[in-house]
Amino acid sequence: MTTRQTLTLNDTVYETAHTRKYTLRKAYTPRDPGRITAFIPGLVLEVLVKPGDLVRRGQSLLVLEAMKMQNHVAAPSDGTVLDVTAAPGATVAKGQLLVTLRTASDTL
Amino acid sequence: MSLPRKLKDHAARQAEATEPHPEAARKQAAQGKLLARERITAILDPESFHEYDLFVEHKCSDFGMAKKQLPGDGVITGTGTIAGHPVAIYAQDFTVAGGSLGLAHARKITKIMDHAIKLGIPLIGINDSGGARIQEGVNSLAGYGEIFYRNTLASGVIPQISIILGPCAGGAVYSPALTDFVFVVDKISKMFITGPEVIKTVLGEEISMEDLGGARVQSEISGNAHFYAESEATCFEQVKRLVTFIPWNNRKKADPFNTSPSRTEEDLERIIPSEAHRPYDVRDVLRAVCDGSDFMEVQALWAANIVVGFARMNGRTVGMVANQPAVLAGVLDVDSSDKAARFIRFCDAFNIPLVTFVDLPGYLPGVDQEHAGVIRHGAKLLYAYSEATVPKITVILRKAYGGGYIAMCSRHLGADFVFAWPCAEIAVMGPEGAANIIFKGEIAAAADPEAFRKQKVQEYTEKFASPYVAAANGHVDAVIAPRQTRDFLLHALAISEQKDEPRPARKHGVPPF
Repeated sequence: MTTRQTLTLNDTVYETAHTRKYTLRKAYTPRDPGRITAFIPGLVLEVLVKPGDLVRRGQSLLVLEAMKMQNHVAAPSDGTVLDVTAAPGATVAKGQLLVTLRTASDTL
Repeated sequence: MSLPRKLKDHAARQAEATEPHPEAARKQAAQGKLLARERITAILDPESFHEYDLFVEHKCSDFGMAKKQLPGDGVITGTGTIAGHPVAIYAQDFTVAGGSLGLAHARKITKIMDHAIKLGIPLIGINDSGGARIQEGVNSLAGYGEIFYRNTLASGVIPQISIILGPCAGGAVYSPALTDFVFVVDKISKMFITGPEVIKTVLGEEISMEDLGGARVQSEISGNAHFYAESEATCFEQVKRLVTFIPWNNRKKADPFNTSPSRTEEDLERIIPSEAHRPYDVRDVLRAVCDGSDFMEVQALWAANIVVGFARMNGRTVGMVANQPAVLAGVLDVDSSDKAARFIRFCDAFNIPLVTFVDLPGYLPGVDQEHAGVIRHGAKLLYAYSEATVPKITVILRKAYGGGYIAMCSRHLGADFVFAWPCAEIAVMGPEGAANIIFKGEIAAAADPEAFRKQKVQEYTEKFASPYVAAANGHVDAVIAPRQTRDFLLHALAISEQKDEPRPARKHGVPPF
């Protein structure tokens, strides 16, 4: 078995093949609490906030219908609505940006 | 009716129930699929199949079903032999109402399952079904549930084999998932809980049936399937071969099998490169050690960084587990731990001794691994090895570092015998990493840090990267030359024949599923 792929563990570089799953793994990106994205693909039924609104943690930002369920998408923390990307009636993909918040931890 | 007329009537009934509907048979052939009866004949010894419940009829009268005659209610059940080993078998018949599962269909399956459990013989199920028979409603669901229940009761009592030769979707797929070995065939097998159409409607994601749950995907990505074949004929050869390796039930040992000794063991000394970072195919080691170099790998395509499978030593079946340095350096990770743990539990349940070959640098680092629960999955391997009471023999070939050393059936997890080759390195980690940590300060302060570091790595290698520290502490029983491996294994297995290791009574353990 010949291979040019390597794996480094505890400062040793091993010559070894990668698996398909290892090659396909995604790099980790830290979660941005200000970016509210669709956790499931679906239909935006109603948008309950507009830019400039002050929102409390747990407050509904919009209603996203998916799998016959009307899901309330809630604010993960207190903050100010910076932008609303979702429009009522829009079909959104999983992970698509819906609302941008400026949260308490953000610095201007 | 006179007897001759009754015989004629019987023959007519039999023919009506067994002859395939021509149009449905043509469709089955067009998809490259054999008929259910042809499949059974191909797997079993000639003339050995004995069919039961041919005249079973469904009792559904809703949605116009009362007038519908379904031969055998879409499933063929019976018993037969494979190379003389008895088996119970059922095959869903896609040419009869799409192989759909109604209550009578399910009850035929549960009846043959009950037989198999009582008789203590392996069960083979051939799945080729469109799913639940909608007209029968909740009775169809009841049928599935009764099958799952028996799959669970039979687990660890009789070997259960599932062959997926068509669609096996929705709830139906949980029966194979509860069995020990799942066989799939390229372009024929389709397994999923929710199909491409539902996924498209609900999630807006488009994917083909093949990419979602085809044979290749189930063998390489999900790990749901254990054996992959290009054709039904190859698949049946795999099934027959597997049956010769496993016992009838958990009260027996696998039948001995006359095989030739392994090929020359001198090969062993040429397989492994002495530099610990260079790869080799560990299966070459297994084949050099076992009878006739005949090693039957299980789940060859999934989590290839660990190798598991069956072989024979002096004619007796053993389960072999080995780290594979050729793939991901042989690390343990979520999938390889799952794969090995399941295999170990099968071997332990069915009195198959375990031989473990160790060469691993440790666990795979990564956010994806930690978030996928490598702690919980890795623990399954520790659990499975510790729980197993069959003879457990470990051979440390080269690297055995850190937690990986403990997990790979070390003395500490109850190995009966631990052997190590002279090139074994049993340590907390590799020399590079260890020296960099231990001498961090000194390296930084040295006049020539790189030269000093190299010197310390060299010192650590000489002192600790060997089997002798572990041997001095009795963690390794013998340091053996590679060419002595087969001899030591044969002896250890022979004297472990009557091994008995009682454990405290309990209902069952609670493994980290």
